[in-house]
Amino acid sequence: MPDGFSAGDTAFVLISAALVMLMTPGLAFFYGGMVRVKSTLNMLVMSFISLAIVSVLWVLYGYTLSFGTDAFHGLIGNLDHLGMRGIGLNDLSGSIPVTAFAAFQLMFAVITPALISGAIADRAKFAAWSLFIALWVTIVYFPVAHWVFFFDGGHGGWLGDRQGVIDFAGGTAVHINAGVAGLALCLVLGKRVGFKKDPMRPHSLPLVMLGSGLLWFGWFGFNAGSALAANGVAGMAFMNTQVATAAATLGWLACEKLRHGAFTSLGAASGAVAGLVAITPACGSVSMLGAVAIGLIAGAVCAAAVSLKYRFGFDDSLDVVGVHAVGGAVGSLLIGFFATGHVGQTAQGLFYGGGWGQLGKQAMGVAVVAVYSFVISWLLGQAIQKTIGFRVTEDVEVAGIDQAEHAESAYDFSAVGASLSRALSTPTLVSAAADKAHKTEVDA
Amino acid sequence: MKLITAVVKPHQLDSVKEALQAFGVHGLTVTEASGYGRQRGHTEVYRGAEYTVDLVPKIRIEVVVADDDAEEVIEVLVKAARTGKIGDGKVWSVPVETVVRVRTGERGPDAL
Repeated sequence: MPDGFSAGDTAFVLISAALVMLMTPGLAFFYGGMVRVKSTLNMLVMSFISLAIVSVLWVLYGYTLSFGTDAFHGLIGNLDHLGMRGIGLNDLSGSIPVTAFAAFQLMFAVITPALISGAIADRAKFAAWSLFIALWVTIVYFPVAHWVFFFDGGHGGWLGDRQGVIDFAGGTAVHINAGVAGLALCLVLGKRVGFKKDPMRPHSLPLVMLGSGLLWFGWFGFNAGSALAANGVAGMAFMNTQVATAAATLGWLACEKLRHGAFTSLGAASGAVAGLVAITPACGSVSMLGAVAIGLIAGAVCAAAVSLKYRFGFDDSLDVVGVHAVGGAVGSLLIGFFATGHVGQTAQGLFYGGGWGQLGKQAMGVAVVAVYSFVISWLLGQAIQKTIGFRVTEDVEVAGIDQAEHAESAYDFSAVGASLSRALSTPTLVSAAADKAHKTEVDA
Repeated sequence: MKLITAVVKPHQLDSVKEALQAFGVHGLTVTEASGYGRQRGHTEVYRGAEYTVDLVPKIRIEVVVADDDAEEVIEVLVKAARTGKIGDGKVWSVPVETVVRVRTGERGPDAL
């Protein structure tokens, strides 16, 4: 390998990529447990399909749009690496092969659209959702990742490299981006049948706990891995991730106990995710005590924010806005207060003598990503709704989307009631015979 | 013959079952049920949304006995199911016209 290559860094980043990959199925469980039995599978596979769609698009053109040499004022990468051409085994990004870097960044591109799915639980046509993922990553995620994550000595992405907005692992590009897109989509699709009227209790809190545990685990790859090297910054990001998540869990539970009189398991799981979200942008620039403060604040603020949908009447079904948009904004803005200047970055926040400058930059980053994501997501949602239709019919929604969209049930609680109607060994002959029988019936 | 139906607290199932066996009742059917009488449900909270859960889990026990045994079985059942707290449930009986044992075709009290 060429000079500058580090086997340790490469091993760490590859393992981190695998950890981040696990977050998407983890998210599927986190969301899947929160919906009712009749739409469990749909919720799971809405996340899962993102692994399939985005991975293919990434090698076709996603990588080059996000991380190709800047083509225009830090807005988008060029097309030099279409189909990953021109990337050799010995090409390095920092101290790791470009292939390892591309693998790591791919996993971020996968989970970001999956996060949106919670906002439109129970009611989206699967084909329409799949199309949305493909269009959304192309027009929203790939460019925004370029703005925030592409560094090229001052000639990279305009938010991160040129304006100095700090987003270590994706508070803006991943969480605000997905959270605000979730808001746009739930406005386009409208409320679920029976919103604020019918009971919509989570059908399996153990699945939610499992999912939040997998997310927490995978998030070490997300945050510490974003150091892109096995070094002190990675260690700091790892610890910050752990303590902020712990503090946010406590913050959420305390709020909940005060307001509703109980410590809930859903509150613990949600608080943990809120903390993970909030520390994501900040984990490379704050101290461990700063991380505790950010976690506590994020836990409390997000616990309050999830009630907004009832006040304003938008059906963000699984609180993508309240947790991801709000948590991402809290973490991104608090960098303006808590950045020490001694961790991975030199910029200092208000509490460390840095003045208002960094807070202003952070606010600008938050606003830019939020506005861009909201406008484009809303337009894409409307375009799909007006053409192939985004929302299932009311009958399908009431009966349960799993049966209509996937022809399956999540749980077989009773062996009674289903019989095999078509033999599996000779599908073509049998289905031809069935068609014939059907025709005869119609003719008769 | 009489069909005796009891809707009782799930916790009391074992003591009811033992009491009935001790009395000499040979078989019974148990179903998980939900419902409420004077005892009402409880409140659950999910991310700040409070739900009133009206229906409480109950066990429905059904047993068919000879006419002469009915009163005593009811007494045994009530005694075994009682905790003295609200929500202990109800027991009632109705007349049964006929009973057939599927395996042998026996009818009436012989089939019990």
